[in-house]
Amino acid sequence: MKSAQPRLVKVLTKAPTGITGFDEITGGGLPRGLTTLLVGGPGSGKTILALQFLVHGAQDCKEPGIFVAFEEASKRIVANAESFGWKLAELRRKKLFFMDAQPIPDLVQSGDFDLSGMLAALEAQILEMGARRIVFDALNIILELLPEPAAKRRELYRLHEWLRARELTGLITLQAGGDVKGAISHQPFGFMQFMVDCVVILNHSVVQGVSQRNLRVQKYRGSGFDEDEAPFLIGQSGFEVAIAHTQGRVDVKVTNERISSGVKRLDTMLGGGYYRGASVLITGSSGTAKTTLGGAFAEAACRRGERTMFVSFDSDCTEVIRNLASVGILLDRYVKNGCLRMISARTIVGKSAETYLVRIKMLAKEHGARCLVIDPASAWSTSDNDLTAQSVAKRLIDWSKAKGTTLICTKLVDQMSSLEVGGSPLNISTLADTWIHINYLVQAGERNRGLSIVKSRGTAHSNQVCELILSDAGVTLTDTYTADGEVLMGTLRREKESAERVAHEAAEVAVKLKRVRLDAEEAELEVRLKSLQTELVAKQVEKALLVSSTQSRKGELSRGRTQMRELRGADAAKPGRKIP
Amino acid sequence: MSRPVIFKFRLYVAGDALNSAQSLANLTALCQTHLPDRHEIEVVDVFKNPKRALVDGIFMTPTLLKLAPSPVRMIVGTLSQTQIVLQALGL
Repeated sequence: MKSAQPRLVKVLTKAPTGITGFDEITGGGLPRGLTTLLVGGPGSGKTILALQFLVHGAQDCKEPGIFVAFEEASKRIVANAESFGWKLAELRRKKLFFMDAQPIPDLVQSGDFDLSGMLAALEAQILEMGARRIVFDALNIILELLPEPAAKRRELYRLHEWLRARELTGLITLQAGGDVKGAISHQPFGFMQFMVDCVVILNHSVVQGVSQRNLRVQKYRGSGFDEDEAPFLIGQSGFEVAIAHTQGRVDVKVTNERISSGVKRLDTMLGGGYYRGASVLITGSSGTAKTTLGGAFAEAACRRGERTMFVSFDSDCTEVIRNLASVGILLDRYVKNGCLRMISARTIVGKSAETYLVRIKMLAKEHGARCLVIDPASAWSTSDNDLTAQSVAKRLIDWSKAKGTTLICTKLVDQMSSLEVGGSPLNISTLADTWIHINYLVQAGERNRGLSIVKSRGTAHSNQVCELILSDAGVTLTDTYTADGEVLMGTLRREKESAERVAHEAAEVAVKLKRVRLDAEEAELEVRLKSLQTELVAKQVEKALLVSSTQSRKGELSRGRTQMRELRGADAAKPGRKIP
Repeated sequence: MSRPVIFKFRLYVAGDALNSAQSLANLTALCQTHLPDRHEIEVVDVFKNPKRALVDGIFMTPTLLKLAPSPVRMIVGTLSQTQIVLQALGL
């Protein structure tokens, strides 16, 4: 048989719940005009989720709502919800109606009954306030009063049809036993999950003494959804569901901006500093100055006037400030002027990794932090199973990237384990953009800190292991001394350096000495040269004298002979010459 | 003999639904057997008076309220198990 008119295919629209994360998982919220089933154990947060759905509708979506309370009196629900800062009193006047439908304790039941009375009453109320959303909280309480399974089933169908006919966005919560998986399939509610359009399961478990809440969308007709279990928690403003990735998130704007690590030399090694928005991992064993590097970064950020948040897991904020002040990192003034916010993880309630993440995200948002230091992020893995801690770390990095926040995470690694093994427990090393490792080098009876950059994406970075030195003047990095294929640090380096210095000085002195000696020799030679020259002159004079005296004598002689001849008159005398 | 105690009942029904009709029939029969001439029955149709159901906190139908004598008792259902009903009414 053909239906009289083709059924109007309606595009599935969604009613946002206003719950962080949940709307992302479901791609916008609960199916509008359809029914959703919410199943959870005691204390799993069903009522809060349901109420938040109504509050959001009434407050932000112009969709007034009705809360039918089967379990708790509305007075108590309102009182409990007060802490979330929802303006229930104001909303209750027009946009939010609570219907108390708790069976009275001494109620006597005899024979079959149905819910028409309630639906009729609700009908009147819906018409009056134009309600678009409706919650039946703990419907199982009333269903359990029904004598037979067939009646339960009938009433559920009645309710479902009633909701459909009015195109109300309905949310029915059902209490399940501790083990949700077992309870959901057990009669009479098992068939409900086939009937409704969307099923959400809340799970509350304790893993190694840590409370863990998970939410899972089991089905969602006509819509895609994230099928994985997502951790959630009940925070200060209600429900918060942690999600690994935001669907449709635009890729992060990547900048080439470099920001200082707070240590000059390290900046040089990194080719200018960390990238803005990068995730930096600093690993090292206990006491290797991981916190100090984090603190140096925070100080540098504050000096630039960037709002910064420092989350400390190991010690109290005041201790961190004091300890860092001892190495010349003065954070106190930035805390005072509000630029820096120090958070001691001890003040964070709850200790699951999930709780930490959500709180940190919230606090960072509150503070408007551009730079975030988490010291150490490995504190998570101790309080949780590895899988959760890992996913939390992943989401932390994902989140900080999306926000453009520069993130410094320190991480404790076992000194005994090698670098490779040390990277595995939290596995953020593969996610981090820059990985700095500090280790101790024990040599000649002393421990020195060696810093190296294991990786730094997109950066030509130094391959050198540098010695990290802490002094009251601050953090400095020094070249290590390599000699005979051995890396020398600390005292050995200093010894080697001073030995070198001494040798150098000795050599210089020797040169000087030699020069002086040479100078002396030169001077001596010069003196000798002078005296010789003088001697030479004397000799020359002597020689000249000798020559001249010889000539004069010769002259004398010949004159004498001539005179003699003249005197003798033996030869013809030359005229004009007379002997006196 | 002292003045007989008058039992005042209010029965909330949902139109002419089967279980509502059954409850009215059962109540009438019960009254005639156990409370002849000393009962008053007020029938409220929640379809016609939804506001009243809301105010009175009636969410299951049929619901029988015994208003007098005190204490007030509430019985839901078709009232088919006479023994339970009589016990609840203190009869």
